[in-house]
Amino acid sequence: MPAHHPFRGARALRSAGGFTLLLVLVGVSVLLSARFGAVSLDTAEVFAVLTGGGSETSRFIVWELRLPRAILGVLVGGGLALAGAVFQALLRNPLAEPYILGISGGAAAGAVLVLALGLASAMSWFLPAAAFAGALLAIALVFGVAISADRRLDVRVLLLSGVVVGAFFSACIALILALAQAEVVRSAVLWMMGSLAGATWRTVGVVAAYTIPSCLLLLTLARALNLMSIGEETASYLGTEVERVKRVAYGVASLVAAAGVAFAGVIGFVGLVIPHGVRLVMGSDHRTLLPLSFLAGGAFLTLADLLARVVLAPTEIPIGVITAFVGVPFFLLLLRRSLRA
Amino acid sequence: MTFETRELAVRYGAEGPWALEGISMAVPAGEIYAVLGPNGSGKSTLMKALLGTVPATRGEALVGGRSVALWPRRELARSVGAVSQSESTAFPLSVRKLVEMGRYPHLGPLSPMGPGDQRAVDDALRRCRVEELADRAVDTLSGGEFQRVRIARALAQEPCALVLDEPTASLDIRHEMGILQLLRESAREGVTVVLVTHHLNLAARFAHRALLLDGGRMAAQGPVQEVFRPEVLEPVYQWPLSVGVDPVTGAPTVTPLDEEG
Repeated sequence: MPAHHPFRGARALRSAGGFTLLLVLVGVSVLLSARFGAVSLDTAEVFAVLTGGGSETSRFIVWELRLPRAILGVLVGGGLALAGAVFQALLRNPLAEPYILGISGGAAAGAVLVLALGLASAMSWFLPAAAFAGALLAIALVFGVAISADRRLDVRVLLLSGVVVGAFFSACIALILALAQAEVVRSAVLWMMGSLAGATWRTVGVVAAYTIPSCLLLLTLARALNLMSIGEETASYLGTEVERVKRVAYGVASLVAAAGVAFAGVIGFVGLVIPHGVRLVMGSDHRTLLPLSFLAGGAFLTLADLLARVVLAPTEIPIGVITAFVGVPFFLLLLRRSLRA
Repeated sequence: MTFETRELAVRYGAEGPWALEGISMAVPAGEIYAVLGPNGSGKSTLMKALLGTVPATRGEALVGGRSVALWPRRELARSVGAVSQSESTAFPLSVRKLVEMGRYPHLGPLSPMGPGDQRAVDDALRRCRVEELADRAVDTLSGGEFQRVRIARALAQEPCALVLDEPTASLDIRHEMGILQLLRESAREGVTVVLVTHHLNLAARFAHRALLLDGGRMAAQGPVQEVFRPEVLEPVYQWPLSVGVDPVTGAPTVTPLDEEG
């Protein structure tokens, strides 16, 4: 047996390479988002703005419209992808994604209620606050159902109760929309398809305050999640406090998803596809999977938002359409590749 | 490392039947201790209760003299390696990655594997004869290969006790003997081994002591020679048996007879 295993160094090099590549990609996608949009600014002008010069209009467009939007995209996309990877390990289910446990349903019900009552325009923070409250309500309901008499969290029940609670909120939304006026229905549907259009530095700050500490905390669970994905019994024999990990992972990943959904609406696909894509290329070790999913999800959502803004400018396409149109073929390609390998 | 239970009783749910009742056993350090009994007699429940993954409803289970419920899991995993009856990986994983998990209890959440950890993994792979499988994906292994890999992971923990539930159930003779000799070697080095098994003859040959369970209760406990008697085994297994002595190894051998018509 050779003392040095040849594959081990290659593996570390590969994850370092992936990390660097994705970090650069995030930076590039933010810069591209600052450069392109409905109003055309040339590269020199954008460069001038970023280094403190440029015209007042350009400064406003880049600093107040495009950059907060790009950074919100990184935070929301990264948070959703990382939360998706956590849910997939926790539920031991490759179909799991951040919304699977009713979070999007709860958030959408809150948002639609505010829209139907005509409160959305009264105060700008009403809509995200109601969506966030709805998401928290869903999280609490699902947790309450899945916690058993002996205070253990059953992940199979968690999955089922999540789906059922989600269905209940969908019914609430259907009821509200049935009674609402046409323009309410339109804005509700647009909200539910997701958009980063509401981004300001303030929303970036709020989402960052939820997402960044939560994601750092989830990173410390990487080894525990490796163990959870081979089964709870074995995970505890290998030193995991299984009940604690389940609660923390569920609660914190849900919070990340809730913060994202509150400020960007329901953006599908990122949380499902990005972790699988990263897993297919880089393997299932959560110590690389979680950070790389965050970076890949952040870059992906920011670029998807850029496309949503420029393809039919000045009309914006719902971002969920782009994430699906780009994500589905890409994912199928990866799947084919992994089947052939 | 010792294991002990005192009047241990376990039931699943408040109204369920008792899976275990009145179990008082003691496993001395450095011995191989076999837990025997028919299907559904509570062997796996006893293993889980010893390891704290099923809580004692009454009585207690002690590991190294301390109630298993008071052990932090990480600390317990540094002392006791366990292989449950079965497991499945949710996502593709290489054999080496799976065996490396045996080092997790020795590592901080973010600290990388050191040379000592790599050595423990390499040793475990070699001792379980799975080095050549190290880069294979776990889901491409045969049942027997997977079982050996799981045992390698428990050895990589460098524990002072091993608890194994049917570790050789899907192994051929060569690999079964390989694993049992490995367990005997470990016991000689001072590792306590608790072996849950259906394999009476192997238990008779390799174990120092045995516990015989019958419907969640203790039917017999003691040195192998005392447990391996037809009048003890027959009522539990409900089948006529003959117990002899193997001419080569000198261990008791159990032969099931034809049922008397």
